[in-house]
Amino acid sequence: MYTQALDIPQQNTEAKGPRTIENPAYQAEFDAKIDAGGYIEAKDWMPESYRKTLVRQISQHAHSEIVGMLPEGNWITRAPTLKRKAILLAKVQDEGGHGLYLYAAAETLGVSRDELLDALHSGRAKYSSIFNYPTLTWADIGVVGWLVDGAAIMNQIPLCKCSYGPYARAMVRICKEESFHQRQGYDLLLTMMKGTEEQRDMVQDAVNRWWWPSIMMFGPHDKDSTHSAQSSRWGIKRISNDDLRQKFVDATVEQAKVLGVTMPDPELKWNEARGHYDFGAIDWDEFWNVVDGHGQGNVDRLAARVKAWDDGAWVREAALEYARKHDARDSRAA
Amino acid sequence: MERKEWPLWEVFVRSRNGLDHKHCGSVHAPDAKLALQVARDVYTRRQEGVSLWVVQADHIVASDPDAKPELFDPAEDKIYRHPTFYQLPDEVNHM
Ligand SMILES: [Fe+2]
Ligand SMILES: [Fe+2]
Repeated sequence: MYTQALDIPQQNTEAKGPRTIENPAYQAEFDAKIDAGGYIEAKDWMPESYRKTLVRQISQHAHSEIVGMLPEGNWITRAPTLKRKAILLAKVQDEGGHGLYLYAAAETLGVSRDELLDALHSGRAKYSSIFNYPTLTWADIGVVGWLVDGAAIMNQIPLCKCSYGPYARAMVRICKEESFHQRQGYDLLLTMMKGTEEQRDMVQDAVNRWWWPSIMMFGPHDKDSTHSAQSSRWGIKRISNDDLRQKFVDATVEQAKVLGVTMPDPELKWNEARGHYDFGAIDWDEFWNVVDGHGQGNVDRLAARVKAWDDGAWVREAALEYARKHDARDSRAA
Repeated sequence: MERKEWPLWEVFVRSRNGLDHKHCGSVHAPDAKLALQVARDVYTRRQEGVSLWVVQADHIVASDPDAKPELFDPAEDKIYRHPTFYQLPDEVNHM
């Protein structure tokens, strides 16, 4: 999930926006709505902890979408054909769009987009650690689409029915677009597998590097996941980390067979009794290491984000100034 | 934070002729012209629309969520406003 860091303590976002002052009558109404599987809308009363959890989850998700543009954007100028370049451009543009849908959803909870971006740029907010891994070869672009977007889809589909209306609606839009991301990645890999020995080796090498980080995207095991119980009570999380991870493993192992690659896990095998694939132990030390900012890409990714933001400052200010001047002129004319 | 933020605009899309404009999300933009441009890039990358409206978010007046009962409940007991309230003889009940 792009919001794995929910399981990690983080600074609180300041309180404003929807009405959240404790009130037993409102609380009862809220609980009843949640229990009935209904939606909470932006102007409705909600408990402050629900609001904070959502701000944290949605903004983390938004940050992940826009930081996720970087490892792939890295390959736009080096795409092997015009067709692949156009596809990759469209995909990266989609991820930017996803970020924007989600920032807008978070803003309905009383935080501004600039505040959220400031939290990202100053290192206070987290984004999915998957984007701290480098994209070393063209095959990585295919594997990111297949596995990383694939894992994201698995995680995001249940969110389309989450209890907060603006978030659920943003997720519906996002999920519609994600399927293209996964399919173009797989299609890219199929093409490479029909190529030379060297190309096939590149694909296998990329799978070897991305497999474990991909299954870590589902977050800690259920028994170690601190926020899961409250989040499922609130209808923000509908399926557990481990269940989603298993679903992902079962689906991708079959896809790997069709592609002609193997996963770098000697313990991966079908378990007839469970009706699922068993897989080896996850190296959580590596996971926490990357989450805590010691991954290969952490520094570069954040620096690239901050540079883009700072370099664009004069454009944002000039556009606002231009609009102000025109407003003033229009009101004088009226 | 100082007021360097671009204002918020609500975006409405008509998906095809014959249908209403429907709210689809929001964007930040310094003025109306750019709001339309940004809305086009963010919300219609796959031919989702044939027409866009943008309205500055603070120009929208919304009903108070607390006023739900007095605004909407009075309609609850006026079932005679629905055609199904009237039981007509079988021969004419398709009316
Ligand atoms: Fe995305
Ligand atoms: Fe994606």
